[in-house]
Amino acid sequence: MSARAKAAAGHPAQRAAAPSRNAVLSRLRRDKYLYALVAPGVLFFLLFKYVPMWGVVISFQEYSPYMGVLHSKWVGFEQFARFFSDRDFGTLFRNTMAISLLNLIFFFPLPVLLSLLLNELRNAYVKKWIQSIVYLPHFLSWVIVAGISFLLLSQSSGIINQLLVSLGFGKYDFLTNEHSFWALLTAQTIWKETGWGTIIFLAAIAGVDPQLYEAAKMDGAGRLRQAWHVTLPGIRSVVVILLILRLGHVMDVGFEQVFLMMNGAVSDVADVFETYVYRLGIQQGQFSFSTAVGLFKSVVGLILVIGANRLAKRYGEEGIY
Amino acid sequence: MKRSPGGRLFDGFNIAFLVAAAAVTLFPLYYVFAVSFTDPTEYIAKRGFVLFPQHWTLDSYRYLLSTSTFTRATLVSVFLASVGTALSLIVTSALAYGLSRKRLMGRRAIMLMILFTLLFNPGLIPPYLLVRDLGLIDSLWSLILPVLTSGWYVALMRSFFDGIPPELEESGVIDGSSDIGVFFRIVLPLSMPALAAFGLFYAVAYWNTFFTAVLYINDNAKWPLQLVLQNMLIDSSTQAGGSAAAEMMAEQQIPPETLKMAAVVIATLPIVCVYPFLQKHFAKGVMLGSVKG
Repeated sequence: MSARAKAAAGHPAQRAAAPSRNAVLSRLRRDKYLYALVAPGVLFFLLFKYVPMWGVVISFQEYSPYMGVLHSKWVGFEQFARFFSDRDFGTLFRNTMAISLLNLIFFFPLPVLLSLLLNELRNAYVKKWIQSIVYLPHFLSWVIVAGISFLLLSQSSGIINQLLVSLGFGKYDFLTNEHSFWALLTAQTIWKETGWGTIIFLAAIAGVDPQLYEAAKMDGAGRLRQAWHVTLPGIRSVVVILLILRLGHVMDVGFEQVFLMMNGAVSDVADVFETYVYRLGIQQGQFSFSTAVGLFKSVVGLILVIGANRLAKRYGEEGIY
Repeated sequence: MKRSPGGRLFDGFNIAFLVAAAAVTLFPLYYVFAVSFTDPTEYIAKRGFVLFPQHWTLDSYRYLLSTSTFTRATLVSVFLASVGTALSLIVTSALAYGLSRKRLMGRRAIMLMILFTLLFNPGLIPPYLLVRDLGLIDSLWSLILPVLTSGWYVALMRSFFDGIPPELEESGVIDGSSDIGVFFRIVLPLSMPALAAFGLFYAVAYWNTFFTAVLYINDNAKWPLQLVLQNMLIDSSTQAGGSAAAEMMAEQQIPPETLKMAAVVIATLPIVCVYPFLQKHFAKGVMLGSVKG
């Protein structure tokens, strides 16, 4: 999106150099209905995005709901110091990273593979059906995915465990097992998002120059070699960009999924920054402390995203903004 | 093209693999469907192994739809999905359209302001305090207003509107329309594919509203469907509590699983119903302006 956005945004001819006050007013008057169209959206961003940004100042306070932001006591970096010296910090960091990196290693390559295979499918009708099916889970809520997981995996009546038993294996404790909790989350993400993830790669594949395939065929390349030497290099830049962007979001693990799958037995491996903030902030009312935790996560996230974008640009790509 | 034996072998494996992938995707959904129609006693007798129920029954559905909790929650979700989607589409497209017109002064500044919200996220607590201070706790507006639009959708839609030539506006102006008139009467009707794609994304997001409701809605008479579902599906199985669902189940002989899965089917139904009609649009929606071509 960025090439077009930039081209559109940067039209210097459109921005007259320092228009006089009268000119500004007359343009405002001329375009008043255009401003009326823009106004609700701008108000939305100011109120629901920028006011909360200002609200993070309470992480430098001992915020009391009765005193409000203006009259609460300022404590500097005390909340942050408390968090970094807390034992929970290490656990939260480990869990967040583990869940995120497992996703990166096991989930990320699958949409690429699936789109390569879909692309090799000759029958357009079959291809469309398979695409329709694998896209579908993306639209289901995490509540439903969690509910289906419980149905399939429950120890007493889950069909997977019934199957394991009838095959002569013992039952496996999928849902309340510390050792496989991260794998469970990864498997859910794979089921829910792999198909949807192919959309962008299939579009990139569709953009590969057909002449390259002709040339490869002339050189005697079979289908696998064409995929390896033409398709894959053709979508390499998209893959690299998405990978880098994903790295920028390594601190975000998706709140709802963890929140829903979490239970007493797995809380040691399941608690991530987001669930911790919810528990301490919303449930226990420690507003300043949990805002500090959230701010820490956001600042690290901001640095990662900006770094990731730089990296993407260094790679000779456009980046995202 | 001539097909070599090796190529045909590859095709065979490829088809087999992809069909297997589709089956793995579909099986859990089919299984939910089958369980929801299973006779309760059969489900217990077979200890959950009911790939093909012998007696299909609508009991679970009948019971579920007779409870006020469930029907009320469905209505709440229908309200969110319809009113929320309509408002979101209007606000998003109006803002995106305005920003796509080069004569709008300050468009660069506004765009930067919007893009910055994609980079920095103030976390959970400041928005919560804002919603609370606005007096929106326990109001359904708390599930719509804070998520009315997103910087991503504005940016994507703007690049879609960039493609609409100014000549069209001019013809509208000659006919005596204001910018607002041009937008509603000329621009929006031309943008149906984009509106369909974003409408689908918004509608699904509103239909799946869960976490904001956990935060902002304490009054369970105003719970959306996903929150009632969570109560039925999760609290009663692995966690303690689950009052509403436990009560519902204690009253009736229907075992939890068939009832739960009927609830899942009902909650999934609207998505499955609109899916075929909108499918051709959503790939386009994701791609708008992202991959050029």
